[in-house]
Amino acid sequence: MVALVNDLLELAKLYGQLSVLAVGGVQSVIPEMQRQVVTVHHWMPAEEFAALFALGQAAPGPNLLVATLVGARVAGLPGAAVATLSMLVPSSLLILGVASAWHRFRDHAWRRRLQAGLVPLTAGLVIAASILLVRSTTTGAGTALVTAATAAALVATRAHPVLLLAAGAVLGVLGA
Amino acid sequence: MTVPTKTALFSGFFVAGITGFGGVLPVARRMIVEERRWLTGPEFTELLALCQLVPGANMCNMSVALGARFHGLAGSVVALTGLLAAPVAIALGLGGLFAAYGHVPWVQRGFVGLAAAAAGLVVGTGFKIGWPLRGLGRSVLVIAIVIGAVAGLRTPLLPTMLVLVPFSVWLHW
Repeated sequence: MVALVNDLLELAKLYGQLSVLAVGGVQSVIPEMQRQVVTVHHWMPAEEFAALFALGQAAPGPNLLVATLVGARVAGLPGAAVATLSMLVPSSLLILGVASAWHRFRDHAWRRRLQAGLVPLTAGLVIAASILLVRSTTTGAGTALVTAATAAALVATRAHPVLLLAAGAVLGVLGA
Repeated sequence: MTVPTKTALFSGFFVAGITGFGGVLPVARRMIVEERRWLTGPEFTELLALCQLVPGANMCNMSVALGARFHGLAGSVVALTGLLAAPVAIALGLGGLFAAYGHVPWVQRGFVGLAAAAAGLVVGTGFKIGWPLRGLGRSVLVIAIVIGAVAGLRTPLLPTMLVLVPFSVWLHW
């Protein structure tokens, strides 16, 4: 019981913090999520974290589902609820607070400047996330090829991401 | 433009959530602008910019902001719940399957392939966001610092961002 409450508190602390740090979306905080879940809390190995991330991507809907899945793995349904809500509440309060001011200042140049400063941070964080994920999903030449082909297909074709995920899973079953 | 009822907010975002495979943005835009006409195209783009600027999942932010615009806090809760109800249930179902059958060899191989493809999607996304910035020296500098700190040195994100957000905004002002 005490262990469960402790885990729930740690999940709330982690995802509450990630919620307000997720500039440009949830992918930006994947590196920190992996660091905390794998290295700081030892909840699971990096390979399992990458698998849960992939499951979250395979499900429809917003990509915060990796938080739900980590919460469920650590502390069952209560963990899933705590992690999901912690990921949602702080950023939601923030957007409720600024939405009307945003509309009022829509013609001001500082909005564009602020955005120009944040985009490279998001880019760097997403690239960092990709490096860390690739490090834990590459088990050999086959998986490296799947990753490279998926990335190329996303950039160069209009193939649907879910088809690319399904292709990766099938290639995996066939022994990639 | 039409003002949706709370039921309509829930059903609109519910459909966007359950059909939004690999990203909710395209289906949400079609639903909000073209089908239900809650916002005009330019209004949607302006609100999307805010949702991308404020931390958090972009489409969750969109549902919260849009719900609040029409029905205050209750509207936010209804829209966000609609968006997440089905995806959370489906993710938990997939997580249960993974926990139950993840050790079966061919299932395990499937998950390894799935994870490699999911990592590939993030590689491609990083490329798409970063490539347009390649000509801007200061943006490239910020990207390099972030990658070095977060993926190389594995610095904790909170202090890293406390330093880099003001630095990058100052650099790009």
